[in-house]
Amino acid sequence: MRTGTGESQKTLRGIAVSRGIIIGKARLVDRSKVKIFYQYLIGDDKLSREIERFKEAVHTTEDQLNILKNGMPEKLKGHAFILDSHMMILKDSMLNDATIRKIHDEKINAEWALKKSFEEIKEIFAQIDDEYISKRIKDVENVTERILRNLSGDKHPSLAEINERVIIVAHELSPGDTSELNTSKVMGFITDAGGRTSHAAIMAQALQIPVVVGLEAATSLVAEGELLIVDGNTGEVIINPDEETIIEYQERQLQHEEYKSSIARVSYLPAVTLDGHAIAVKANMEFLEEVAAAREFGSDGVGLYRSEFLYLRSKGLPKEETLFEDYREVVEIIAPAPVTIRTLDLGADKFALEAESHREMNPALGLRAIRFCLQNPEIFKTQLRAILRASHYGTVRVMFPMISGLQELLDAKEIFSHVKKELDREKVAYDENMKMGIMIEIPSAVTMAEVLAQYVDFFSIGTNDLIQYALAIDRVNEHVAHMYQPFHPALLRMIGQVVDAAKNAEIDVSVCGEMAGDPLCVGILLALGIDELSMNSRAIPVIKKIIRSITLEAARADFGSVLDLRTANEVRAYVYDRMKDLLPELDEKGYLDA
Amino acid sequence: MDEVVGKIKINNDLGVHARAAAKIVALGNKFESRLYLKKGDREVDGSSILAILTLSCPKGTEIAARIVGKDSAAFMAGLRELVERKFGEAK
Repeated sequence: MRTGTGESQKTLRGIAVSRGIIIGKARLVDRSKVKIFYQYLIGDDKLSREIERFKEAVHTTEDQLNILKNGMPEKLKGHAFILDSHMMILKDSMLNDATIRKIHDEKINAEWALKKSFEEIKEIFAQIDDEYISKRIKDVENVTERILRNLSGDKHPSLAEINERVIIVAHELSPGDTSELNTSKVMGFITDAGGRTSHAAIMAQALQIPVVVGLEAATSLVAEGELLIVDGNTGEVIINPDEETIIEYQERQLQHEEYKSSIARVSYLPAVTLDGHAIAVKANMEFLEEVAAAREFGSDGVGLYRSEFLYLRSKGLPKEETLFEDYREVVEIIAPAPVTIRTLDLGADKFALEAESHREMNPALGLRAIRFCLQNPEIFKTQLRAILRASHYGTVRVMFPMISGLQELLDAKEIFSHVKKELDREKVAYDENMKMGIMIEIPSAVTMAEVLAQYVDFFSIGTNDLIQYALAIDRVNEHVAHMYQPFHPALLRMIGQVVDAAKNAEIDVSVCGEMAGDPLCVGILLALGIDELSMNSRAIPVIKKIIRSITLEAARADFGSVLDLRTANEVRAYVYDRMKDLLPELDEKGYLDA
Repeated sequence: MDEVVGKIKINNDLGVHARAAAKIVALGNKFESRLYLKKGDREVDGSSILAILTLSCPKGTEIAARIVGKDSAAFMAGLRELVERKFGEAK
């Protein structure tokens, strides 16, 4: 008798987004798994419509499986059988016909009937002696869930319940999902969808857990409890590794950790180039717990404190006091170094406010960030009050996201000064010289940078969104994710333009997107005139090491001409070529992604 | 209506697992006739991959195939061939 799943080792390849190697058990988390479904009786006149609804959901599921199957990389075609069998189960009489019969005979809704059919099959499978066959119920469950999802689309399960050391396998994780992850339990995660710079990826980097995304069919190919090796350096995921492979990866794991700590040990040293130019290397943060990492890795302050977490975590809106306590704690720990707090960057979809709770067609272009705040001034004011109050306890800078032009900036400033007056009247202490700046992440703001620079103390270039908006690429859409290119010449020219505007107006300018923490990008950003970088803490040691290993003069000489190159691939190839000559050791350790 | 009945012995190492069951269903899709598989006194619909799996047929199992319909003879020949080829598996 076969034991376990009886499957042999197979390797999937995705996009490596968060470094490190882990070996552990798979936990399939279907984020759209429907837990609550409604049971109701159907009137005779509506029965045929209900059956039609079920058939449509089956049809949609079939289309989805076909897309999955056709999108399978050549190397995995051998596994397409799994999807074929799912397709057969989808149309199987025990599931399909049985459900239709139940809707008809018992006059119940499709979800209920389907669930009943599944339970019946489950019962029969449970009685099968052959463990290999009885486990195939997993396939039936997978198909049932897919149909249910297409029937309702109810999405409210929780990741917070996970309480053993596992590797999460999911179709996709939203920032909300990742914020629920219990990082002492979750070793890392892999997803079907997503690109290098999806929010989930960014969160994972912050959490310092290895992650591979864009695997396309991981949720179909990995079984619950199977042993996985996730290589966050190369993007490889090995399912059911044999003993030899496990030993090999344990060895690699060890080497990776050793090199990482050798760099981290000297991370307290200032980031000064060999020819004496100091670069501020700061930390991006998402939640309070990360403040320790920001210090530990030798940051020169927090360059971006994303303030969304408290809003995502709380059921209603967080109170001013809650926000203030959180900000104050971060500010006090980081002081005297500055903490830049970015005001709310959430979309209306994240708030359960009746008026805004409708789904937007294009959330990225919708009511979010500063637009949302200007339309909901009370929410905005509460946050500004908390930020101002925290400024009394250290050095705080406030930053507005998604500014598209001067009018928004003026409107935001007006509310800001109104809040200050309010605090004055109440005699509440705050830093009167607190610096105020904006994110440059919308192309129109790049074009208007010279004007905007007259009204702020600093610019911070949010490259992730700027790339998305400038190149019209949805970075979580796996079909176009490869066109999300930090090295696109248009983007580099935009950064150059923003730096020039900032230098002319004598204000500070930094980069706080993923680019700032990408070892490959350091030389080019320095050459463009950036002298402040803010990144996930875990990237700080290696970025500092790079800065300490090069001269600004060489960076300018090497990368000054990059703006003349015409395509992203040309730029990338050129930059990689120069960087690997400058930093052969890092290249060898896999830190420079060609 | 034509009906053909025959005994079939499963002789591949893995028995009628998911892939083999899928091949039986796929074969059936080419014929008009309907297949019923019987083990002991339990008979199941041979066009359902799940039903075939629940029959649980490891190597050495003897099952009875009953095929009803115009092209039942050809279907039976195809089924025998599939089982004798060990569902295309090496062992």
